[in-house]
Amino acid sequence: MVRKRIFPVTRIHEPLSIEVEIKNGAVTDAWCSSMLYRGFEQMMYNRDPRDAIWFTQRICGICSSAHAIAACYALQDAYGVTATPNGVLLQNIIFGADIIQNHLRHLYVLVMPDYVEGPDIPPFNPKPAIDYRLPKQINDQLMKHYWEAAELSARAHQLIAIFGAKAPHQQAIYPTGVSVAPDAGKIKAAQAIQQDLYDFAANKVQEDFEIIAHYYPEYLKIGRGYGNLMSFGMFPHPDNSELQIKGGLYLDSNKKVEKLNPKYIRESVAAAWYREPVSGGKPLKETTIPQNNKPDAYSWTKAPRYQDQPVESGPLARWWINGKYRRGISAMDRLLARAFELKYVCEKVGQWLEQLRPGQPSIQPYETKKEGLGVGLTDAMRGALGHWMEIHEGRIKHYQIITPTAWNLSPRDEKNRRGPAEEALIGTPVENVKSAHEIGRVIRSFDPCLACAVHLIETDKNRRGSLVT
Amino acid sequence: MLTRREFLKLCAAGASVSLVSVLLPDLALAAKSGAIDKLPVIWIELGSCTGDSISLANTMDPSQKKLFSEIIDLRYHWLHMAAQDGQSVKALEDTVQRDKNRYILVIEGSVVTADQGKYNYILQKNGSLKTGIDMLKYLAEHARWVMPVGSCATWGGPAAAYPNPAGCKGVAEVIHRPVINVPGCPAHPDWTVGTLYHLINYGEPELDSAYRPKIFFGRTVHDRCTRRQYFENGIFARNPGEESCMYLLGCKGPVTYADCPVRQWNDHVNWPVEASSPCIGCTSPEFPDGMMPYFKHLPDIRLHGATAAPDRLAKALGIGTAVGLGTHLAGNIFTGRIGKNLISGTKPKASIVTKKTYPAKELEDKVDALLEKFDNLEQELTHARQKSRNKKGLIAKAKQLLGKDSGEETD
Repeated sequence: MVRKRIFPVTRIHEPLSIEVEIKNGAVTDAWCSSMLYRGFEQMMYNRDPRDAIWFTQRICGICSSAHAIAACYALQDAYGVTATPNGVLLQNIIFGADIIQNHLRHLYVLVMPDYVEGPDIPPFNPKPAIDYRLPKQINDQLMKHYWEAAELSARAHQLIAIFGAKAPHQQAIYPTGVSVAPDAGKIKAAQAIQQDLYDFAANKVQEDFEIIAHYYPEYLKIGRGYGNLMSFGMFPHPDNSELQIKGGLYLDSNKKVEKLNPKYIRESVAAAWYREPVSGGKPLKETTIPQNNKPDAYSWTKAPRYQDQPVESGPLARWWINGKYRRGISAMDRLLARAFELKYVCEKVGQWLEQLRPGQPSIQPYETKKEGLGVGLTDAMRGALGHWMEIHEGRIKHYQIITPTAWNLSPRDEKNRRGPAEEALIGTPVENVKSAHEIGRVIRSFDPCLACAVHLIETDKNRRGSLVT
Repeated sequence: MLTRREFLKLCAAGASVSLVSVLLPDLALAAKSGAIDKLPVIWIELGSCTGDSISLANTMDPSQKKLFSEIIDLRYHWLHMAAQDGQSVKALEDTVQRDKNRYILVIEGSVVTADQGKYNYILQKNGSLKTGIDMLKYLAEHARWVMPVGSCATWGGPAAAYPNPAGCKGVAEVIHRPVINVPGCPAHPDWTVGTLYHLINYGEPELDSAYRPKIFFGRTVHDRCTRRQYFENGIFARNPGEESCMYLLGCKGPVTYADCPVRQWNDHVNWPVEASSPCIGCTSPEFPDGMMPYFKHLPDIRLHGATAAPDRLAKALGIGTAVGLGTHLAGNIFTGRIGKNLISGTKPKASIVTKKTYPAKELEDKVDALLEKFDNLEQELTHARQKSRNKKGLIAKAKQLLGKDSGEETD
């Protein structure tokens, strides 16, 4: 038996260390540790609630608009306001374009070097000891698409900038809409970009990953995990605010899509470097203090659970629950579902652009409230994202965020059950213990983002003192 | 190859063409002809959100492909490199050994200092975990230039917002050597690439007192705002989304040094004020605490008429210029006021708190005196610079002539 630690796992966002136990050439146990703690929610305490949209998006530079959208929904909930039809469409367009950007960068820039051999220059050098299996011609073709995708992801950010001022970290989303009025010129400019993105997504991405799946077929079996899937749903309809991608829960034990109730969400800190809270880990009450020397703890990520179950979220979960992708659950299926979603979102952004009504308001003035509770739930690039907010005397009293990566890369809970990604690693064959690239492939299929996953909130005013000790 | 003067002119112009698109082909040509080496770059991420890497990847023309294959040798960047674990760490170590005092160290994200940096490990070496702060100190020691990119790396930024649970700091506060700061949340790709270009070809660019290149951060956003005329005419927006001046909605443009209005974002598509949202001052050392609440406007300090106030306030902050004790003091007065007015509710950073308050008249006199002193100093500095520039110009010209001669011979 060998025990090995992989750190840093590259081509993901922020530091992740993975420890695995390997027996007879396969993984028998795994531990995912996130290695960065910044304490973002703690900073939210006592700030103007309206600042939450532009402040919380600074948690993450690759999915910034997801946090902006979730914070915006929480504010809408707390203030009791809704966005105008144009506002909803523009928020969807900004969010959708960011998802396109993220998926392109994930599939090509982050994942592809695991299967496709890059040119002889850094950052593709030094070359990992990988069993590259693609014939040279196909390899070159996919590498060409790699560079194309890198350029197109920047174009997707341009689409955000048209309506959102800039990207990353847009600066135009408000609780009642978006501050940029859509005129014919802006819509045309956005449509030109959307057309390029759609062409690439429809004609190349799915095919590219079918090719990779063809040459690396074992990854359609490797990396399954629990098979528990969850989604909050996303993209409200401008007229009736019904979600265009539905939310739900699919448990491996009963193999049925069920309705989701956020009140069953709870976070465990059994294996996280935080002191045990008294509230039982409910997002609206959770109180947590970092505790660096805690025995048995090994990560800065907490372990969210739904009805005490570890669940996976992300594009595969979304499309499984919506019944559009049911090929299987594995590392490769996660990539294929993502490629499928890319095309869907490109198409949707095109429809929303057409639905925009120039001359109609994209935003309207609103009244703030001194007291209130707000919950903002939406699926994001990597899965289910929730912002919980309590407003007291016009300021934020409590803020809690549970991110997709917290769900997917969570550590063990008090019942010592592994997180979904840890479970997915079990059984992964490892040929060369030194490079262990198979583990990287499984982990990257989740598109982990540790910048998002790590945070805590504590409303006790003396918390700083306890932190230093 | 552009001369330095041409380069500076380009940077100042900002508008119409992308800086990156003009510079990089030039740089690639130089690299190809062997005039300069492809620069080894080590890019480390500490307490970051990856936003600055993503922003750099948003460079449109030339593409990311050109950047990697022709311009720089990106030896270590955990977002892009094919290798992982031990192999990636070896690539880092090899660069330090082989290219000592030659590589550029780019840092993204703030330095996590709480609990001896144990809140942020970034890699393992020979089986032991290394904290971000330890690796930063080690890598900075052998780097030719240290370039923090983004507001977190430059001065703590959002990661260091009160109560700063992880003890986040800017790079310059932690290492004992000069840095070239490229702030922004995120840093604009033009700022990052333009500064790199200057480093490769002309050495260190002229910096302000906050170590920012003046070519990009020399003037306020307000100075060149595309909606300046609304301000002059006193037409102020009352709600976001209205097409007029954003000042009363909390715009921090008057105290923020950046060229967003002329450079614009994502290859000249848009920028916050043109999107009818206030500037939030993301390139300022006080960002974000000193710039929040985002929607509360700057304190109205009446000096000589409404237009003068924000301009002078900005000047007095002294961030944009490298001179003078006097401005520094004035800066304190004003930042103190800003701190009080804007941070109500959160405790401001220690460095921007002044308890002393000045009555209006006294303050006005003091500021006037200081500004006068400041103007004199600035004039002196300009003269001195001109003198030295003349000398440098002659040397450069001589070099250029020599270079041309040899070039013709080879032809």
